[in-house]
Amino acid sequence: MKEKSQLWKSMKKYRWLLLMTLPGIVYLFINNYIPMYGVILAFKNYNYVDGIWGSAWAGLDNFKFLFNSQDAFIITRNTFLYNFVFIVLNLVLSVFVALLINEIKDKVISRFYQSTFLLPHIISMVVVAYLVYSFLNVDSGLVNRLLIKWFGSEAISWYSDPKYWPYILVIVNAWKNVGYLSIIYFASIIGIDKEYYEAATIDGASKWKQMTRITIPLILPIITTMTLLAVSGILRSDFGLFYQVPMNTGALIPTTNTIDTFVYRAMVQSGDIGMSTAAGFYQSVVCFVLILVANAAVRRINKRDALF
Amino acid sequence: MTFNFKKWIGPSLIHIFFWAFTIASLIPFILVFMVSISSEDSILQNGYSLFPSHISFAAYQFLFNDFSEIAKAYGVTILTTLVGTVISLLITALFAYPLSRPDLPFRRTISFYIFFTMLFGGGMVPWYITYVNMFDLKNTILAMIIPNLLLSAFNVLLMRSFFASSIPESVVESATIDGASELKIFFSIVVPLSLPIMATIGLFNTLSYWNDWYNCMLFIDKPELYNIQYLMTKTLTNIQYLLMKSNSSAQVGDLLAKMPRETVRMALAIVGIAPLLFAYPFFQKYYISGITSGAVKG
Repeated sequence: MKEKSQLWKSMKKYRWLLLMTLPGIVYLFINNYIPMYGVILAFKNYNYVDGIWGSAWAGLDNFKFLFNSQDAFIITRNTFLYNFVFIVLNLVLSVFVALLINEIKDKVISRFYQSTFLLPHIISMVVVAYLVYSFLNVDSGLVNRLLIKWFGSEAISWYSDPKYWPYILVIVNAWKNVGYLSIIYFASIIGIDKEYYEAATIDGASKWKQMTRITIPLILPIITTMTLLAVSGILRSDFGLFYQVPMNTGALIPTTNTIDTFVYRAMVQSGDIGMSTAAGFYQSVVCFVLILVANAAVRRINKRDALF
Repeated sequence: MTFNFKKWIGPSLIHIFFWAFTIASLIPFILVFMVSISSEDSILQNGYSLFPSHISFAAYQFLFNDFSEIAKAYGVTILTTLVGTVISLLITALFAYPLSRPDLPFRRTISFYIFFTMLFGGGMVPWYITYVNMFDLKNTILAMIIPNLLLSAFNVLLMRSFFASSIPESVVESATIDGASELKIFFSIVVPLSLPIMATIGLFNTLSYWNDWYNCMLFIDKPELYNIQYLMTKTLTNIQYLLMKSNSSAQVGDLLAKMPRETVRMALAIVGIAPLLFAYPFFQKYYISGITSGAVKG
């Protein structure tokens, strides 16, 4: 009784502060928590007339349908492999670039490089799709024209042959994100105490030794955190990259279909609400488990690097 | 020799590498621009080239001839970006500030409520159905303002750590003793002290609204409500799209014959990204410091 009245008192005292959080709480409830409850659609035979509550239960039929088809395997494999390559390649390239930016002593030039490398990151995937199209258009694209002019080879129809797309998408993804990631790593390199380097120079350590023995170990926490976040999202894909850049071309689906594009197409093009919800639910659950496992693993190694 | 290598070759190799990187970052933009000012003949002969043999502004003339489609799409983009950014900034700051106060009741519960949305989600389909069936947002301007874009859990946490580290508790305490209400403290003390983080989050919001095509693709069927990004999406796959609405079919055939097809598409791309590219030199500083402060504070 006493506790209750105390809580009441403190709620009264803090009523304005609590009220300030209300719009945000309501928003997250609508945008995130209601859809979480909406995953029951994965266990229903949804139709628009009966709505979420009225539609008949379907048990695990949607999941059976999903996992009995070839699609489940292909989209999981594509999403996983693309992300795996993205994570490794982007990490290596961006740490490399960050280390090199750190070698540039002129502040103005360093700034100039940083803001140019960041430019690809701020544009939308629609614009990226235009840029890629200007290179890969079959008749007039720059790549085909150069292939013909320099090597005398035939024009390649990039937008109808799926085998090229794993390479194209890896390049496009690196082009868009390496600059951004390298700036994040560079920021944590600047944060390193200069005394370490001074001491190392006095001891006669080479630049290479300083990089591998001082810089990299000291930015390892941020590398761990960023990689941890990326790994836990290994079954989430950048929808724009896989939908806009291949221009939603049917012929390219075998190598460009990921869980997110699959869910979108199943919902919009086939109208299969139950099955597409099931696919999305499968993705969410795997990601949730992965982040818990990855975080627990990092906690064991070094508690301070863990996310929570 | 080795001394010379270390002193001169090393740094110049680094600069060569960075010039290559700079060119790789910029060349796609330059190519699209060059295509947009090429003449059709030059394209037929040489394809898309960084050095067109003939310059022509026919594509831009064609676009500006009937600019109403593009102007409307820009109107939608500007409206949603302005309204969305302001509301989003307000909700984010109002949400983050109380959480930065160590004495707030239910602080841990509310923080977990936010954090959990970053770990688990219901997926795109239930999210879509929530907005379409429960809130009837299909084909409204609000559909390009509210879903997903209005509040980012990450930004709330970013702002909370800024408030926690930059607003001295003593200032808030003495204002409370002077009898100022919490709302007054927030608007007249906290906000003016937090302009850097406000600028950063405001910039993040502006960019995500400006670049959005996903909500438009999902929620909007009416061409008059398309924003510029989605108009660009439509035109990329079907160049005739630009002509279809405002004209009768006879006119379309006529216009299509006259249209510099190869270059119009790229001219539209330039018209679509120009504002961002022109604004970039002015905001890049804040953007870089925004992402780096996020990285350092984690």
